[in-house]
Amino acid sequence: MVLVRISYAVASVAGLGILLGLGLAFAARLLAVRKDERAEALEQALPGANCGACGFAGCAAYAAEIVGGEVALDLCTVGGPDVAKQVAMIMGIEYKSTSAEKRVPQVHCRGGVSTSEYAFEYSGVEDCTALYALFGGNKVCKSGCLGLGSCIRVCPVDAICYDSDGLVWVNKEICISCGLCVKICPTGVMQWLPYDADYLVACSSKDKGARVRKYCKVGCIACKICEKKSPEGGFKVEDNLSRIDYAAAGDRQEGVTACPTKCIVGNDVHTRQ
Amino acid sequence: MSYIGIIITFVFINNFILTQFLGLCPFIGVSRKTDSAVGMGFAVIFVMSMASLATWAVYRLILVPLNIEYLQTISFILIIAALVQLVEMVILKISPPLYKALGIYLPLITTNCAVLGIALIAVRSEYNAMESFVAGIAAGFGFLLAIVVMSAIRERLDKEWVPKPFRGVPIAFITAGLMALAFMAFDKALLKNLLG
Repeated sequence: MVLVRISYAVASVAGLGILLGLGLAFAARLLAVRKDERAEALEQALPGANCGACGFAGCAAYAAEIVGGEVALDLCTVGGPDVAKQVAMIMGIEYKSTSAEKRVPQVHCRGGVSTSEYAFEYSGVEDCTALYALFGGNKVCKSGCLGLGSCIRVCPVDAICYDSDGLVWVNKEICISCGLCVKICPTGVMQWLPYDADYLVACSSKDKGARVRKYCKVGCIACKICEKKSPEGGFKVEDNLSRIDYAAAGDRQEGVTACPTKCIVGNDVHTRQ
Repeated sequence: MSYIGIIITFVFINNFILTQFLGLCPFIGVSRKTDSAVGMGFAVIFVMSMASLATWAVYRLILVPLNIEYLQTISFILIIAALVQLVEMVILKISPPLYKALGIYLPLITTNCAVLGIALIAVRSEYNAMESFVAGIAAGFGFLLAIVVMSAIRERLDKEWVPKPFRGVPIAFITAGLMALAFMAFDKALLKNLLG
């Protein structure tokens, strides 16, 4: 008796499943929608990181938008010019380079516990945005790196880590230029550089030199020595802060070694691991 | 119970979203724009009415005669899942923009507790085939009503200044709570007064 009842239960559910399955298979054939071949090819060509840097929900969504037309072909920052070329080839359009130079972000601050002055002790949530909500951070300098690593957690490829000095550093070899860290950084100390940049001025403070000296040993004090020592190097001091114009091809070595606070550092992967 | 009574019960008094709090996921997820809210509402009406009819048939014609009513949940889910797959295919064929607007929430109707809820409630209330079907449609209309009103409010909220921590989903949930309070005004007394 029990066996009969069990077999009823099994047979009814199994029968229902088979019936519905067959019905769905039939409906799928009847209602099949042909997918655009180009969209599938584009999905293959795109990196598949689904980071959303192009402004769409993911690689598949961007591929569908390209097929639909009226979007630029080089929005994929991860793939850069190579992928843009492939995309253009699939769409049968000649690729014209626009602004597709590869860029990587870097932390423009080298101030840590041993070099910077702190205004108060923070023991809240380990999150830069939360800390920034309190008086713009616990450093006296309000434009520096807060060091709680929000960018490290948001990075989809683990290109950001604490280096040997305990400061946040972007590894440009791993970085896919998705820009999520630039968006999440509350102080804006994470800024874009050309991939080929040899040096960067690792400071973001626009305070006067005398004030920077008081709260940070490695800040830019706008002394203009870099401008004088490497006139061809593209150094330019504006708003009490030195910045490098990377279009200038001249030698920068002189200016870098002469910097009294040593805040011009190499954007080098190997020495910062 | 008369059909009018069933309709009033499921649209207003026992509104699935605002009184029974079933199916909140698509209610919050797809209520950002009125267009997609209307599409979602009609998809839910279709799934609910078909599901309540199909589950009635399976319950009365297979489960009860074989004395295996305890299988109702699993067989109902099976039917609902298949139905939703069918609706998905039909929408993709007929209106790709609507398919895109509904996004992930369309497959989520599969596991939507509101659809399973109407099937189980219809069985428990011992409705006949027609009553189950009407109850399904009415419950779907209740969902449509709630989601369209919600989307209209949210479209206006987008233009208003809202404190930053409340922007987006939080203010939507607060709105839903206020709407649920308003729906408490509909109770069983309404049925008595209207139908005697």
